[in-house]
Amino acid sequence: MTFLKINNLSVNYEMRRETVYAAKKVNINVEKGEILGLVGESGSGKSTVGNAIINLIDEPGKVSGGSIILDGTDIYENPENILKLRGKKIGLIFQDPQTSLNPILTIGEQLIETIQTHLKLSTEESKNRAINLLKEVGIKDAEKRFDNYPHQFSGGMRQRVVISLALCCEPELLIADEPTTALDVSIQSQILDLIKKLTKERNLAVILITHDMGVISETTDRVAVMKNGDLVEIGPTKEILTKPKEIYTKALVSSVPPTNKKIDRFKIIEKENKSQGETNIKILNRWTKKEIINQDLVKVKNLSKTFDDSFFIESTKNSVMAVDDVSFNIKEGESFGLVGESGSGKSTIAKMIVNLYSPSAGDIDFDNVCITKINSSKEMMKFRKQIQMIFQDPYSSLNGRLKVKDIVAEPIKLHNSSISSKEIDSYIYDLLESVELTQQSAERYPHEFSGGQRQRISIARALATQPRLLVCDEPTSALDVSIQAQILNLLKDLQEQLNLTILFISHDLPVVRQMCDQIAVLKNGKLCEVSKTEELFNKPSHEYTKELLTLMPKIESIYN
Amino acid sequence: MDNKKLTWFNRVKDSDIYYSFIKSPTAIVSTFILILIFFCSFFVEFVTPYNPFDPSSLSLMDAFTPPSWTEDGLAKFILGTDGQGRDMFATILYGSRISLIVGFSAVIFALVLGVGLGLSAGYFGGKYEMIVMRLTDVQLTVPSILMALLVDGIARGIISRELHDEMAIYVLIFAIGISEWPQFARVSRAATLVEKNKDYVSASTIIGVSNLIIMFKHILPNILRPVLVIGTIGLALAIIAEATLSFLGVGVPPTTPSLGTLIRLGNDFLFSGEWWITFFPAIFLVILAFSINLLGDWMRDTLNPKLN
Repeated sequence: MTFLKINNLSVNYEMRRETVYAAKKVNINVEKGEILGLVGESGSGKSTVGNAIINLIDEPGKVSGGSIILDGTDIYENPENILKLRGKKIGLIFQDPQTSLNPILTIGEQLIETIQTHLKLSTEESKNRAINLLKEVGIKDAEKRFDNYPHQFSGGMRQRVVISLALCCEPELLIADEPTTALDVSIQSQILDLIKKLTKERNLAVILITHDMGVISETTDRVAVMKNGDLVEIGPTKEILTKPKEIYTKALVSSVPPTNKKIDRFKIIEKENKSQGETNIKILNRWTKKEIINQDLVKVKNLSKTFDDSFFIESTKNSVMAVDDVSFNIKEGESFGLVGESGSGKSTIAKMIVNLYSPSAGDIDFDNVCITKINSSKEMMKFRKQIQMIFQDPYSSLNGRLKVKDIVAEPIKLHNSSISSKEIDSYIYDLLESVELTQQSAERYPHEFSGGQRQRISIARALATQPRLLVCDEPTSALDVSIQAQILNLLKDLQEQLNLTILFISHDLPVVRQMCDQIAVLKNGKLCEVSKTEELFNKPSHEYTKELLTLMPKIESIYN
Repeated sequence: MDNKKLTWFNRVKDSDIYYSFIKSPTAIVSTFILILIFFCSFFVEFVTPYNPFDPSSLSLMDAFTPPSWTEDGLAKFILGTDGQGRDMFATILYGSRISLIVGFSAVIFALVLGVGLGLSAGYFGGKYEMIVMRLTDVQLTVPSILMALLVDGIARGIISRELHDEMAIYVLIFAIGISEWPQFARVSRAATLVEKNKDYVSASTIIGVSNLIIMFKHILPNILRPVLVIGTIGLALAIIAEATLSFLGVGVPPTTPSLGTLIRLGNDFLFSGEWWITFFPAIFLVILAFSINLLGDWMRDTLNPKLN
């Protein structure tokens, strides 16, 4: 008998204007001892399915049909069933270990509380059990750390504590909703290994919900692909990833950046056959194209930045060294990658290059002029025009109170004071069409667009000043893979046509490999190495780079 | 995306605010009452035939007429008359006009001052921010009515006696406005601190937009929601403050009666049995302030993204 049987599950959200079907007649079975991956893009309903199993669907959503049978018990038959199962038979791991632990209780108190809710054990027995659990999930000195508060643990350790909490009543089913998305690559692989180990040792049934195809291919036994609430395809992971039957799965797999080779463009499989390869970059007519001379456009020399926390007293105690003596050069016309985990200082460097922060020490030369020591605002405007930036979060990078037209018009008006309003309009339309948006978009407000479309608006705004250097700070990390592929293609096209120089910042090594000619690896504010992309991936010289490369989840691992 | 033309009207009709408005009976009722009060107060000449400021239309014979439904009441004076024979209903409406003008002006004064200082403090930070925020802290330790009394006292000292009655209403607006600005400054500073760290502000900086334009074109529209909520509740407070000051005799002069002066005048007759002279203006004030507060509460709930 199957351990968990999801039968024709449907979940509806009754909204003001329409009913959203978050899950439509989904059928999934999970056996003990296997890891089932649930993969899909945002809004595909993968989390909804996970939440439906433990009856945690938020208002106004409700299960409108189907059944979930766990080990012979129908969860929705009787509302009391789930209370008995939740926590005891089903364990849960959430995405963000920062918020899933209570910050004012020690982890020991939280473990004992959970254990005593479900099992009749004395405090002493619960404590022993909790310590054993902490040891099992790989926390060293478990006895000592038992009385620590969550903030005394690092992100990865905290996720381990969350896992021990989920395991503390011997659950048979574990639901992990994006358990590693908030973690850095090196910690991600540790947590995934732990989940794999526990699945084997405890004979668990695990549902791993994620958007990351690399994680899926390295961890799961079977995978279910979801799209808009529909179950597209389900089967053994290897089969689905290597020989997908459905168009959607094919598109999903092909838009994942490969880790082992560099490809020219991402293949985008679309149902309506758009004429491919035809570039429509209208802005080219207005662009005063710079000839690429073989010279260094940006020279970063011994750059440092410290943030100090002291307001009243000058002290070095509270200061944080975000960037520590970093030097590199970017050639005109190339794509330069800046790679590192969170806190490595890559965004700080970007903000210093675009002059949002001023460096604590060191210089940045742009076109052989030092831009960090410019005082006159007139001089500054010349460089503002030439260096533009694209931000990570497409939801906060556009002012929601302005129309797209006004957002794009702002830089045009500012840098061309004599331009007529008719001329501005046609300029805006050219820009929008260059980023593959329609002219009608101009009259709309940002909230009417999806994340990918907003990122296109952001690009159009950045191009409006005709910059030479485009700083892209994690431009696709908030987007789904298929959208990411489109945006990366667009950036590549624009760079080729407009002779742009791109500084590309990312934590995602496969993406950087596809985008960049040269890569710099950062760790804790220090530069580890700078080398040509292929060299870096094939013959990394620095220890840290080697570590990063071995740990990154590889979709290709499925072929071996 | 549909190709429906997005006119202003459609946008309003389509918005979540409109939706939550028609779903909230409290909001509808209070808005209805407020519109009625505003209309009657500002077009009082068309609502009632009596003019309490025209001595020729007054007759002392009509003085102290009780409300129309009581034994001695007259049908032509619905709410009775006061000691000078003025129709209470007309007097209240004329009085509420003064009260509303003072209230609105005071709030707008406080809003412009508070948002200006709070927005710039939040945006520029540093020593300037510290000075502005400590100033609000100091002022918030002084009860606002005391603050208003203080301003009124100083004004009396500076302005000559003949000019005083003429200037009284401006002094009052300034006094109430100055006692309310810290609220606006605090709220707009807090909201600015959130907004200025968003990427759209960085994007504008990188494009080269000047600080002033970033503050007013980009940040200001995004912090208006909480400011509007404070403004609505502040309006009720300002109207009450006006009534309080006038009741204490330091507000508008008795020759131009507001709700506060009416309550004060009627107060003298309360124990001799003419209760209606103070009762009706007081009830009117309560209804007015209550409706504004209910509307403000609804706005706070609707516009607060955290509660949705």
